[in-house]
Parts: sequence; structure tokens; C-alpha cells
Amino acid sequence: MSDIETFYDVMRRQGITRRSFMKFCSLTAAALGLGPSFVPKIAEAMETKPRTPVVWVHGLECTCCSESFIRSAHPLAKDVVLSMISLDYDDTLMAAAGHAAEAAFEETIAKYKGNYILAVEGNPPLNEDGMFCITGGKPFVEKLRHAAEGAKAIISWGACASYGCVQAAAPNPTRATPVHKVITDKPIIKVPGCPPIAEVMTGVITYMLTFDRMPELDRQGRPAMFYSQRIHDKCYRRPHFDAGQFVEHWDDENARKGYCLYKMGCKGPTTYNACSTVRWNGGVSFPIQSGHGCIGCSEDGFWDQGSFYDRLTTIKQFGIEATADKIGWTATGLVGAGVAAHAAVSVLKRAQKKNEEA
Amino acid sequence: MKGVSDERINAPVRGPDEIFEASRLTGDATREDLESIRRRTSVYVYEAPVRVWHWVNALAITILVVTGYLIASPLPSMQIGEATDQFVMGYIRFAHFAAGVVMSVGFFGRIYWAFVGNRHAWQMFYIPIFNKRYWKEFVFELRWYFFLEEEPKKYIGHNPLAHAAMFTFITLGITFMMITGWALYAEGAGQGGVTDSLFGWVLGYVQNSQRLHTLHHLGMWAIVIFAIIHIYAAVREDVMSRQSMVSTMISGHRTFKDDRIE
Ligand code: HEM
Ligand code: SF4
Ligand code: SF4
Repeated sequence: MSDIETFYDVMRRQGITRRSFMKFCSLTAAALGLGPSFVPKIAEAMETKPRTPVVWVHGLECTCCSESFIRSAHPLAKDVVLSMISLDYDDTLMAAAGHAAEAAFEETIAKYKGNYILAVEGNPPLNEDGMFCITGGKPFVEKLRHAAEGAKAIISWGACASYGCVQAAAPNPTRATPVHKVITDKPIIKVPGCPPIAEVMTGVITYMLTFDRMPELDRQGRPAMFYSQRIHDKCYRRPHFDAGQFVEHWDDENARKGYCLYKMGCKGPTTYNACSTVRWNGGVSFPIQSGHGCIGCSEDGFWDQGSFYDRLTTIKQFGIEATADKIGWTATGLVGAGVAAHAAVSVLKRAQKKNEEA
Repeated sequence: MKGVSDERINAPVRGPDEIFEASRLTGDATREDLESIRRRTSVYVYEAPVRVWHWVNALAITILVVTGYLIASPLPSMQIGEATDQFVMGYIRFAHFAAGVVMSVGFFGRIYWAFVGNRHAWQMFYIPIFNKRYWKEFVFELRWYFFLEEEPKKYIGHNPLAHAAMFTFITLGITFMMITGWALYAEGAGQGGVTDSLFGWVLGYVQNSQRLHTLHHLGMWAIVIFAIIHIYAAVREDVMSRQSMVSTMISGHRTFKDDRIE
């Protein structure tokens, strides 16, 4: 392993000063919620440990995760992490193409067997032997299995790799399948979102590279430090929710006042993500701050839950699309009418019997 | 009356005008009245803990339904003061959770009573699905509700139909509402807390919290529908069947209106 450079070597080679390196370490510690005492530990780890290589592969996707990732607002983190990764393999971001790229891929996974992190963006479609997604002349699912064999751990980037996202939405003609249902024998970290927040992505990678272990995961396999709370739990409009002050219509006075978007179908109460704390585009804003509810992009099957403007899941089992309340009121109405009719017949029957007896 | 045997449980030894002196004092007791009170019987069915549980549970469910509905479809926005001075949604949610705690604790108390109480206390928690006779009586009771039987039978606990409804909507229904409700509560209370370690697995199983909300919400409608049928059936049976219903849940005694067998 001694022939593998340390992070620090790589960074210095990339022209990063020691001063910038120390800044990176302290910002990383802050981003991961660690105290100042961790800064020297991070620095030491990066100076002495051989670098953990990352191989990044792309399946059925729109590449929004990569787009988000390269916009990580924390510029140093972007430069550093990105340069570390591009040294290994990412068919979208690397300079090499075609056969050269494929050769680099094979070389990387052979050289670092058992030591590299496999980052998967997008997912493999399984129908027709995976022919709906071909990379390097082969179905992506084969490349995924091949790359997963020697991986130490897998990161599922975005809703696609984590849950399936739009290409897996009903009726899912290509049988697009999330990574954890194809690769079952490796530790998998899900980093959902459409896309995930840039700083969340770099944060997860940096954590793994620095500490050489998986971040703490929640029950659904997501890093707890970014996905343990709902948008609703940290939303700055929450006081209006608790007060019962809601936007009633788009563009009404309450919308101008910035009231809670619950009645507009905001899915913040059911969505686990870091948007209301980390925010987007370098902390500039996030959807709710711009006046639109959360659409729950980081949740399982978010395309199949019905409207983006309805807090509850649309129920399609009745042929027509219905909400829980429509079904409830209809059923209650029917039962109420049934009870009334039954009561009427009971009364008539009884009167009839009395007459007969009399 | 067709099909009804005229056997008497206790044949008269003395005529009614020889007994019930006190009842005759006011002068309004007819001979038929006196005959009737001599023949009516009662059984002590619901012990005090069961009755208390029933009414506390009914109250808790009423609060849960009303506040639950208002959580899903909140009242029109109010401008009482600044958001910091106003807590409308907060109080509604508080009432919901408080009633949820009462219902949950009560239900565990009720389960305890099923073990230490009388035999009727146990009835709600199982259905004798392998007993053929049960299903026969179930169909008989259904026919009574479809006006196909002239007269219902006598039951001490729940009739077979009510027994099935009680098991489905209360035993299973409340369990479902408690599991989904506490799982929702655990989400707000935060990961790593007590409710999360007890009920966090539910969200792990359902995966998307939106689905969990939808399931809990549909559960409310099931309970509402049960409540309508339950109240109607209790009043109707009280009027039309051969035993008391509503007062039984107050006094604990099931009184019978005749002394005929079956
Ligand atoms: C008969 C029993 C119950 C009924 C009818 C009921 C009804 C409801 C309804 C209709 C909602 C709104 C769901 C939505 O549309 O998002 C709700 C939410 C909720 N319920 Fe219940 N519930 C019951 C029992 C419980 C119990 C036992 C608990 C446990 C404490 C509980 C805790 C909650 C929580 C935490 C929420 C979410 C509140 C929020 O999103 O702000 N419920 N309930
Ligand atoms: S806007 Fe959405 S996330 Fe924010 S408090 Fe309202 S419902 Fe919750
Ligand atoms: S606010 Fe909601 S929909 Fe928007 S990015 Fe965050 S999780 Fe996705």
C-alpha cells in the first residue's frame, strides 16, 4: 500500500498550500459537526494515511447528482475532493474517454481491489438483460456488479441509486432497480435527493476518506448527520405552522408574509433531508425559502406518491385517483345513509309486527 | 310467535299479584308489569374497569378523531398575534398526543384486565375462527340484521357479529392506530429517543413517512365508520333485541326482556 499517495501528497501536488489544507480540515470538521479538537486529527489522518480511492460509475440518471456535486459551494472541498476522485475513475468528469477510460476503470479496480469506494450515480435497469442502459458496450448492471466486487463500500448517490427515482416510477418499463436491491453483499450508504445537496455529498465522501469508516447510518441506510431530521423539524417557517398560520392560496397575503406552506401540500413534515439547515447553492436559499413547498425529493418512491401539492399519498386502488379524505367522506356518507335506511326499515318492521299482534 | 319455544326458565309458583307488594303500592303497576319483572333476568357482564375503560376510550377516540382531522385539514389561518404568541396548531397537536397517551395506556390496562377480569373481559381479544358453530351463529345474526329472522337470540357478551367487529376495529384497529401514531410521534420526538427505539422500526418498514401519514389517516376513517355502526347497533339492539345494551355499559348488568330459552 506504501506506493499509494496520502491525501496530503495529492493536495500538494495539486498546488494546494498547507494553509489552505488546514482550512479545509477545520471546515470539514465543522461540516461534520465535530469539535475543534478534531482538526489536527483530520489533518494527521490526511497526511499519513494512504488515500482511499473512489470509483464513480453512472447508470440510468440525469447526472443532476454530478451537477450538484461540482457546485459544492465550499470551494476548497470541491477542489480537493474532486481532484482526489478524478485521479481514479469517473466517466463523466475524467479527461480520458472511450477505450482509454475503460482501461483506466479496469486498472483502478484491479489496483485498489478491496480498498476503493464505489460511488454509484443512477441505477441499473434489469429488464431485457439490462439492455436499456449500455456503458462501454455492456449493460450497466454488469459493470456495476463487476465494480462492486472489489469495493470496500458503496455510496448510492441520489434518489435514483437509493430508491429508483423517476425511471423506476410506475409502471417502471425498464425495471430500473435501486443499487441495494442488486448488490446485496456490500455495505451501502444511501445519499438520496434529486439531487442531493452538494455539501452533503462532499461531506459524506470526506468523512469516509478521513476516518476510513462509514458514517453513522439511520434505519434506511442514510448518513444520520444529514438525514436524521425532517425539513419540517428545522424549517424557519415552523413557528407559523405551530401558530396555525398558513398560506391558503398561492400568492395570497399569507404567502407574501411567508407563512407555513402546509396547506399548499408542503412535504417538509415527511421528508428527511438537510435542506432547511444546509440549504442550497452555498446556503443562499432552499425551496421553502423561495415560497414553494418541499416535494419530498429525497424520499422513497417520491414520484409515485401522487401530486407534489398533496401532503398525503394519492390512492389509486379505486380506479380513479382519490385521497384518503375523499375515500373517508364517501365511505362515511354511504355507511351513514345505510344506517339511516336500516333504521327506517327497522321501525317499519316493528310497526308492522305490532299491528299483526294487535 | 313462530319458531319460538314457549318453555319457561322458571315456571310461576305464585301469581304476581301475591308478590311485589312494594311495586303495587303506587297503583301504576298492571298485572302484565308484575308478570314481566318476575321473569326478567340479568347477568353481571362488564366489571367496573371494563366500563371505565369503555367510556374513557370513547372520549379519547372522539378527541383523537376531531384533532386528527384538524391536524390534516387545519382551521382557517388565524391572526391572534405574532406567531410567537399564538399556538393554535400546537395546542391541537398537544390534545391529540395527550389523548393518544390516554388511549394507549388505557388499552394496556384493558389487556391486563382481560387476564384478571371475568370471562367476558377476554372476549374482545380473540375470535373462535375454527369453531363452526360460531360461524353459523354469525350468519344467523347477519340474517337478523337483513330482516330475515323474526327474532334474535340472547347473548350475554357480544353477539357473534359484534364480537367480530369489536375484534377487528378495536383490538386490531386501535393497535394499528397506536403503532402508526407512535411511529409518527417518534419522528417528531427525534431519532435516538425512547419512542424512536420502540416504534422507529415502523418507518423503517413503511419507508416513506408520507405513506405512514396516509395509513394513519385512513385508519381514522375506519374508526369513524365503526363508531357510526357501533352506536347505531347498540341503540337498535337496545330497542329491538331481547337484552339491554346501552345501560349495560353503565351498570355492568345485562338484563333480559323475556325468560324464554333461545
Ligand atoms: C383512534 C385513534 C387515532 C385517530 C383517529 C388519529 C387520527 C389522526 C389523523 C387523522 C392524523 C392526521 C394524519 C395526516 O393527515 O397527516 C393524525 C396525526 C397524528 N397522530 Fe393520530 N390518531 C389516533 C391515534 C394516535 C395515537 C395513539 C398517537 C400517539 C401519540 C397519535 C399520534 C399522531 C401523530 C404524532 C400525528 C402527526 C401529527 C403531525 O403530523 O403534526 N395518533 N392522527
Ligand atoms: S413550510 Fe413545510 S416544512 Fe416549513 S413548517 Fe410549513 S409544513 Fe413544515
Ligand atoms: S426541500 Fe424537499 S423537495 Fe426540495 S430539495 Fe429539499 S428535500 Fe428535495
